[in-house]
Amino acid sequence: MSTRPAGKRRSLLPPIRFRERMRDRDTAIYGVLIIIALIFPLATIFATDSTFLVSQAGHAGTFVLLAIGLNVVVGFAGLLDLGYAAFFAIGAYTYALFASAQLQASPAHHAYHLPFWLMMFVALFVAAAFGAVLGFPTLRLRGDYLAIVTLGFGEIVPQLFFNFDQWTGGINAIGGIDQPSLPAWITGPWAGANGIAILQNFTCKPFWASSAAPCYSFSFDPIAYYVLVLILIVAAVILVTNLHRSRLGRAWMAIREDEVAAAAMGINTVTTKLLAFAIGASFSGFAGAYYGASFGLVSPDQFYFVVSITVLVMVVLGGMGNITGVIVGAIIIYFVLNSLLPSLPSTVESFASNIGLGFLNDRNGDWPGLAGETQRLQFLLYGLILVLMMLLRPQGIFPSRVREQELKHAAVQEEEAVVEMTHA
Amino acid sequence: MSQAPTENVLELTNLTKRFGGLVAVDDVSLHIKRGEVFALIGPNGAGKTTLFNNVTGLFQPTSGTVVFDGRNITGSKPHEVARLGIARTFQNIRLFDYMTCVDNVRVGRHVRMRAKVWDSLFKLPRERREEVRVTEEAMDLLKFVGIQRQAHQYARNLPYGQQRRLEIARALATEPKLLLLDEPAAGFTPQEKVELMALVKKILARGITVFLIEHDMKVVMGISERIVVLDHGEKIAEGPPDEVRKDPRVIEAYLGKSA
Amino acid sequence: MSLTDYGFYILCATAIVLLATQAFTNPKDFFQVTIFGLADGAIYALVALGYTMVYGIIELINFAHGDVFTLGAYIGAAILAFFAGANEGSFVVVNVIALLLVFPIVMLIMGGINITIERIAYRPLRNAPRLAPLITAIGMSFVLEGIMFMWHGAPTVHFPDLLPHGPGFQTTIGGVFFGFKDVFVVVAAAILVSLLAVFINGSKLGKAMRATAQDRDAAQLMGIDINRTIAATFFIGAVLAGAGGMIWGLYFNTIYYNLGFRTGLVAFTAAVFGGIGNIPGAAIGGLIIGLVAAYSDGYIGSKWTEVVIFGILIGVLVFRPTGLLGMRVPEK
Repeated sequence: MSTRPAGKRRSLLPPIRFRERMRDRDTAIYGVLIIIALIFPLATIFATDSTFLVSQAGHAGTFVLLAIGLNVVVGFAGLLDLGYAAFFAIGAYTYALFASAQLQASPAHHAYHLPFWLMMFVALFVAAAFGAVLGFPTLRLRGDYLAIVTLGFGEIVPQLFFNFDQWTGGINAIGGIDQPSLPAWITGPWAGANGIAILQNFTCKPFWASSAAPCYSFSFDPIAYYVLVLILIVAAVILVTNLHRSRLGRAWMAIREDEVAAAAMGINTVTTKLLAFAIGASFSGFAGAYYGASFGLVSPDQFYFVVSITVLVMVVLGGMGNITGVIVGAIIIYFVLNSLLPSLPSTVESFASNIGLGFLNDRNGDWPGLAGETQRLQFLLYGLILVLMMLLRPQGIFPSRVREQELKHAAVQEEEAVVEMTHA
Repeated sequence: MSQAPTENVLELTNLTKRFGGLVAVDDVSLHIKRGEVFALIGPNGAGKTTLFNNVTGLFQPTSGTVVFDGRNITGSKPHEVARLGIARTFQNIRLFDYMTCVDNVRVGRHVRMRAKVWDSLFKLPRERREEVRVTEEAMDLLKFVGIQRQAHQYARNLPYGQQRRLEIARALATEPKLLLLDEPAAGFTPQEKVELMALVKKILARGITVFLIEHDMKVVMGISERIVVLDHGEKIAEGPPDEVRKDPRVIEAYLGKSA
Repeated sequence: MSLTDYGFYILCATAIVLLATQAFTNPKDFFQVTIFGLADGAIYALVALGYTMVYGIIELINFAHGDVFTLGAYIGAAILAFFAGANEGSFVVVNVIALLLVFPIVMLIMGGINITIERIAYRPLRNAPRLAPLITAIGMSFVLEGIMFMWHGAPTVHFPDLLPHGPGFQTTIGGVFFGFKDVFVVVAAAILVSLLAVFINGSKLGKAMRATAQDRDAAQLMGIDINRTIAATFFIGAVLAGAGGMIWGLYFNTIYYNLGFRTGLVAFTAAVFGGIGNIPGAAIGGLIIGLVAAYSDGYIGSKWTEVVIFGILIGVLVFRPTGLLGMRVPEK
């Protein structure tokens, strides 16, 4: 092993079977996800003759975006954020305020109708800025304190949107939010009368123009939003994957593994953590703008603690640190929360009638009927699912290889930090 | 910044560190010459690692100054110290356990890399080129310490001796002028100790000054040019190995006779 | 003293000056609000103790703790329903006996439930990544809320009104109204906290708890049974929370299934305020947060109270991360 030809430098690398396997699994999951994503609208529209499921999927996409973003904070950098929904709210309100008639009635007395495509990025930066502002004083503190500060922030933000009702409409929410539109000269399958006609013909007045021009508005078309959220997710996955395999991504992991050693290697831990926090928040802001547009309505109660927890659960159950796992986790949890649990009462009811226990379905005194009782069960079931999933598979469904190993060895290395002194 | 290199790489002047009532490092002054192997020895609890922590910015000295390469770095943050060119290993190995060896070393390259967030987000060509270069450099360093075959294993899965080597490779990746080794031979077999001494010589040949804490007298006497002995935070002796070995205060400190 | 210390003192001083102004200009309202605040704060203190003890010993934010508190109130209401009946609001011997019996029963039941929760949901994950027990804690919170939801549904539940009130059990001093209830809440909480203090400082188990909180491995090496000590911590936390739930019920006479969520967060804030892991700190933090909430309700408006409380939470962590009474610990 004394000398080697310069050209064969790479061949010195040891076999990288391990890496290949890891990539293989991810590639396979991405492949399956893309195929499902493409087939899903066709299949469901064909089967149910309605776009309801597609609009549900678009909504689920919001949570996938959120989970990808939170994964940067929690999975990569190991920071616990319990108030992620606050940044989601900030993104959604940024779009809603400047793309609806809301500010007409506010002390500003002027309605702004800025285009979605611009506001999406504005929302992204606003959320990132709030993330930085919140993170700056707190990230130098111990890890748990960050969790608590974010928890408090997550409680305050929706309450502020609620309280400043002159501006935000408070409990009355902001409705009539502008729909994204595409200029008419962008042609595609949506444009023609004989095409799929996803978008309807419309005229829009861009904020810089003096007169209206033909355009295609999304006008709550589930398929249009579905396509949009897919594009956003693909972009997010590419960007986050790039970050993960970069100088910054390694710095995040180093901090997660051992902050003191990371600092000794020249990593500025405060700014690096701040970047994780701000980048995570920016995804949330981005998702918020999409959510505001696709839902058409933004109100404070859409951003309570439950949302933060739900996204965190998606990240942890999917497999912290692993992007594919997080996506799958988000989809599964969304399905459980929005489809499986709500449909349970009627399923149970029909099952009871089928096996001859139909009398259980009737209301009787305190008994609210089987459906009613199952309805009440939802909370309990969700809790049980969380506990059982964590107990059975604490590393998540698709853990990053890292986490999997960590659990196998199960030796928790106590952060010794400054106590090295005692050994000196 | 092309000032003439000072003769002394590191100068500590009247360095003191107190923890409440405990004086861990008591008024220690010492200087390390460029290109030498300098050893810090002393019984357990003498304040050796505390002194390292004061140099590397993990602790703020209570009083006294730390001058590195002609620049006062007293009270600098750990990452600033690393950027200026001091790298260290830890007494109880602190690797990034669930990162591969090559990634551990690449983290060491962090401070010499230029990629900004935007470069990484969009994988710009210069970022790609830098990644390729850094990976090759990391592999070279793994080869330098002799663990290139383990490059893609998780750091925690390495045997103990290789973990120590990996920690040295990671520290070297920051391109230090001064390398601080905290008990690098602890728990080593005689064979491994010989290999370690050879490795230190190789590091020295790269023009890096080595400052080490070590308990094993064979290692200390074998590689270091000068030695400082610390006892209860105080410097009790300084000089070449042969002198220090004969110093009555040193013998007393090691035999545990309290004055 | 660092800059952040100054910030902390300036904030505290501003708040005190503002309140003092109120106390002088309108003493009657001020003291009335203070009494409400003390009564609330006493309950928060009882709940905060559970958070702080559990965090101190296993560094877990026990999200289910607020729901243990609520469940205590639900179980207390159910048992009291057997006793009281028509004696609500008056002073009769039956009520006294009922309370003397039901308080310990509820406290023991809650202790038992919390030990079970710890055994099932937290202990198996003690060596898992830190997020895992946090998620099961949230899951257990949902489970407990779900149980209460199934039991009585979403509407509020009436808690038997067994404390005497009305003429003869209230007084006004200088226009400030005092009821027996207000006194009862504060005294009951004070007794419980004192008992806890005696236990922690005096008993062998208390010592083991303190040792385990300091350094789990070292405590284990000294022959302390870690599992038993941690279980005891959960037991005591839940005993106090159960008592807190009972007291809340007796004071407000209205409980609902997700009462514990907000109460829990506020009590947790109190624990952080007093310096998380610090037992006297949690008690004092609870009182202060109760007062802050009352002053905020009274002078700023109740819709701002949550903002004020969580604003304080963030402010304390930024300006004085070790809390009011917390000890300076080296930062990790």
